[in-house]
Amino acid sequence: MTTVDHALESAKVRATPEEKRSRILTGVYFALSVFVLFAFAFDEDADMDATFKLALPRDRFEPIDWVFEPRIMSIVVSIILATLGVVQLLRGFGRWDNVVLGGAMVLFVLAFLGWAAAGQSFSLVGMLTSMVVLSVPVTAGGLTGLMCERVAVINIGIEGQLLGSAFVGTIVGSTAGRWVGLLGAIAIGALLGAALAVLVIKYRVDQIIAGVAINIFALGLTSFMATRVLGPNPEFNEPERFGTIAIPVLEDIPVIGNMFFKNNIFLYGMLLLVVLIHIGLFHTRWGLRSRSVGEHPKAADTLGINVYRTRYRNVILGGMIAGFGGAALTLGSTGRFEENMTAGVGFIGLAAMIFGRWRPFGVLGAALVFGFARGLQQKLGILGTPIPSEFLSMAPYIVTIIVVAGLVGRARPPAADGQPYIKD
Amino acid sequence: MSERTTMDQITGVGGRLRDALLVPTLALITALLIGGLIIAVTDVDILRLWGDDPAEAFKQTLEAVGGAYKALFVGSLGSVNAISETLFAATPLILAGLAVAVGFQAGLFNIGAEGQMVIGGMTALFLGFTFDAPTIILLPITLLGAIVGGAFWAGIAGLLRAKTGAHEVITTIMLNFIALFLAQWLLKTSVFQQTGRSDPISKPVNEGAQLPRLFGDDYRVTVGLLIALAAAGFVQWLMYHTSIGFQYRTVGANPDAAKYAGMNVVWLTVAVMATSGALAGLAGANQILGLPPYEGTTAFSGGIGFDAIALALLGRSKPLGVVWAGLLFGALTAGGRQMQGVERIPIDLVEVIQALIIVFIAAPALVRSIWRIKTTDEGTGQITTGWSA
Repeated sequence: MTTVDHALESAKVRATPEEKRSRILTGVYFALSVFVLFAFAFDEDADMDATFKLALPRDRFEPIDWVFEPRIMSIVVSIILATLGVVQLLRGFGRWDNVVLGGAMVLFVLAFLGWAAAGQSFSLVGMLTSMVVLSVPVTAGGLTGLMCERVAVINIGIEGQLLGSAFVGTIVGSTAGRWVGLLGAIAIGALLGAALAVLVIKYRVDQIIAGVAINIFALGLTSFMATRVLGPNPEFNEPERFGTIAIPVLEDIPVIGNMFFKNNIFLYGMLLLVVLIHIGLFHTRWGLRSRSVGEHPKAADTLGINVYRTRYRNVILGGMIAGFGGAALTLGSTGRFEENMTAGVGFIGLAAMIFGRWRPFGVLGAALVFGFARGLQQKLGILGTPIPSEFLSMAPYIVTIIVVAGLVGRARPPAADGQPYIKD
Repeated sequence: MSERTTMDQITGVGGRLRDALLVPTLALITALLIGGLIIAVTDVDILRLWGDDPAEAFKQTLEAVGGAYKALFVGSLGSVNAISETLFAATPLILAGLAVAVGFQAGLFNIGAEGQMVIGGMTALFLGFTFDAPTIILLPITLLGAIVGGAFWAGIAGLLRAKTGAHEVITTIMLNFIALFLAQWLLKTSVFQQTGRSDPISKPVNEGAQLPRLFGDDYRVTVGLLIALAAAGFVQWLMYHTSIGFQYRTVGANPDAAKYAGMNVVWLTVAVMATSGALAGLAGANQILGLPPYEGTTAFSGGIGFDAIALALLGRSKPLGVVWAGLLFGALTAGGRQMQGVERIPIDLVEVIQALIIVFIAAPALVRSIWRIKTTDEGTGQITTGWSA
C-alpha cells in the first residue's frame, strides 16, 4: 500500500458525517448540472419556446404568460448548479444547506419542466395549486406524528387514522351535513388516537405493532363497510363538500393568490394549525411539558409532570388532527370515499415529520415538497413526456426514502422516542 | 406461582402448553365475536328493521352472523375440497409469515414482505416464460430467481438501515409502493406483456415452471405447500442450530452486545433482511407459479405480505408457530372466500379479525381482563426500536 493510499484511508476514517454529507451534496450539484446541460440543453427541441401560464382562466389578471427558450433556461440553471457545487466544495453553506438544496431542486425541476414543455404551454400555477392542495393531508399526517413523537410515542397508525376519518367524514357528512361530518371525522381520529394511546401507554404494546394493527384494522373495516354499506347505499357516499372560500384582495395576488387564498377551510385550517402548534410547542407551558416528556420522561416525572396524562392528551390531540386531514381527503376533495384511498399518505406524513425535523413549519415545508412530487406526476401526463407514468408515480416514495436515509442531514428525534415509560 | 409450579411438575409441559395456547385461542375467539358484531351492525336493511320489529330484526341478525360463520367453517374445513383450499391459501401465508418472523427474531420489522413478494414473483415470472425446460430443471431455477429477487429488494432496506439509520418500517413500506409501480410498468412492456393484450397481463409461464399439484387436478393445493413446510424447517435449523442464526438472534436481542462481541452488525442487518426477503420472494413466486392461468397481474401479491405480520405475531415468530398460524389464516381466507361468495359478506372482514388478533396477542392483559383469567403471558413486549437506532 502506498502512502497516498494510507492517507486516503486515514482521511476516510477521520471524515465526519458533515464532511461526508458535504461531499455527497457537492456530487449532487455537479451531477445535476451536467445532467441539465446534456439532457435538457442539448435536446434538439430545446429551441422551441415554452410557455408557463401563471394565471388561471377567470383570474383578474389573466393571462399572465412566461415565455422562454428552454435551451437558455437549461444553460443558466446548469451554470447556477455548478456554482453551487463549487461553493459547497470550498466552504459549504452551513445552516442554510437544506434551503440551498431545496432551491437547487426547484431550479432543476424548472429546467425539467421547460424541457418537457418545449413548444407547448403548461399551467405552472395549476401545478403549484395542486401541490398545495395535495400537501394538506400530508401536513396533517406529519403534524399528528409530531404531536405524538414530541411526547415519545411513535405513531405508525396515522395512515389508518386518516383512512378511518375519511370514511366516517363521508358517511356522516352524507346523512347529517358536512359540518357534522367534519366533527365525526375528528371524533373518529380522536378515538383511534385514544386506542393507540391505551395500547402503548396502558398495555405497553410495542408502539410500531400497535400502529400497524390500527392500520390493518382501519383498512379492513373501511373496505368492508365500503363494499357492504356504501356499495348498496350510494346515498351514503355523497356528502356535501366544502367549497372554495376566496379571501378578498389577497386572492388577486398572481400565483400566490391561487395557491393559498382561493381554497377550502382545510388548507386554511392546516396553516392555522401549523402556526398554533409552533407557538404552543415552543412558547407555552404545555409545549415545554410535552417536550420534556419526550426528551426525558423520568426528569419530567420527578418535577411533577404527569407523564401518562401528557402522553394521552397529545396522542389524542394528534388523532384529532389526523381526523381533520382525513376529512380533507373526502369532504374537502372528491367527496367520495374509495377503498384504501390514502395510498400511503400517512407514511409520507411521517417522512415529512422526519424531513421537517419534528418542527411544525418544517413539516409544512416537507409536505409541500411531497405535494409537489405528486402534483408534478398528475400534470406531466398532459405534456406527454417520454417518461412512463409509473416512474412519476414512484417519485414521492423515492423522495421519502432519500429523506429518511438522511441526504437532507441527520435529524435528531426526541430522546425518549419509541420507549414506554414505566413509573417506579 | 406455586399453583403453576405444581401444574408443571404434574403435567410436565402442561402448564406451559396451557399458557402458550390460552391467550392465542381466546384472542381468536374474541376477534371472531367482535367480527360477528361488525356483521350485525353493518347490515343497513336489518338496522332499519329494528325500529319496526325488534324481534324479527334480532332473528335476522342472528341469521346473518350465523350464516356468515357457517360459511366460514364450511369453506375452510367442511369438505375435502375445503381443506385443500385451506392448505392452498396457507402456502403463501406460511412463507410470508416466516419472512416477517425472521425479521422479528433479529429485531427488524419487515413490513415490506408485500413488495418483496412482487419483486420475487416478477423475477420468477420472467424466468418462467423466458426459458423452457422440464420441471426438474426449470422450477428450481425460477424459485432461485424469486429468492434472489426478494432478497435483493429487502436487502436495499437492510443496507439503508445499516448504513444510514433509515428505519426499515418506512423504507420497506415505500419499497412496497415502488415495487407495485415497477410491476405495473413491467407488465406493460413488450418483454412481459401477453401478445395481443392492452392491459397489464403477462405471458403465462411455461409448464416446467408451474408448481405441480399434490392430489390431482381436482384439488388446488400444490407442491408449494411442501416448499413452505421445508422453508419452516430450514428457518428452524438456521435460527436455532447454526452460528448465523445465533448472530441474528443476538443482534435482535441486543445490538450493542452483538457489536462488542465482534459481530458485524452492518452485514448482519443486510443478511437478516435478505433472508427475510428471500422467503417473501418465494411466497410471491407461489402466487404466480401455483395457480392457473400462471400469469402475472398487477395484484398478484394480494395483501398477503400484510397478513404475514399478524401471522408472525400470532405464531410468536417461531417457525412451528408460524405454520400453525398460517394454517389458521389459510382457513380464515378460504372460509372468507366462501363467506363472500355465498353470504355476500366482504372478505375484508378477515383483515379486521386479523388486526384484532394482533391487538389481543400483543396486549394479553386485554384478553385477561375480558375473560377474567390468569396467565403469565407477557405479550410481545418491545420488538422494535425508535428511528435513531
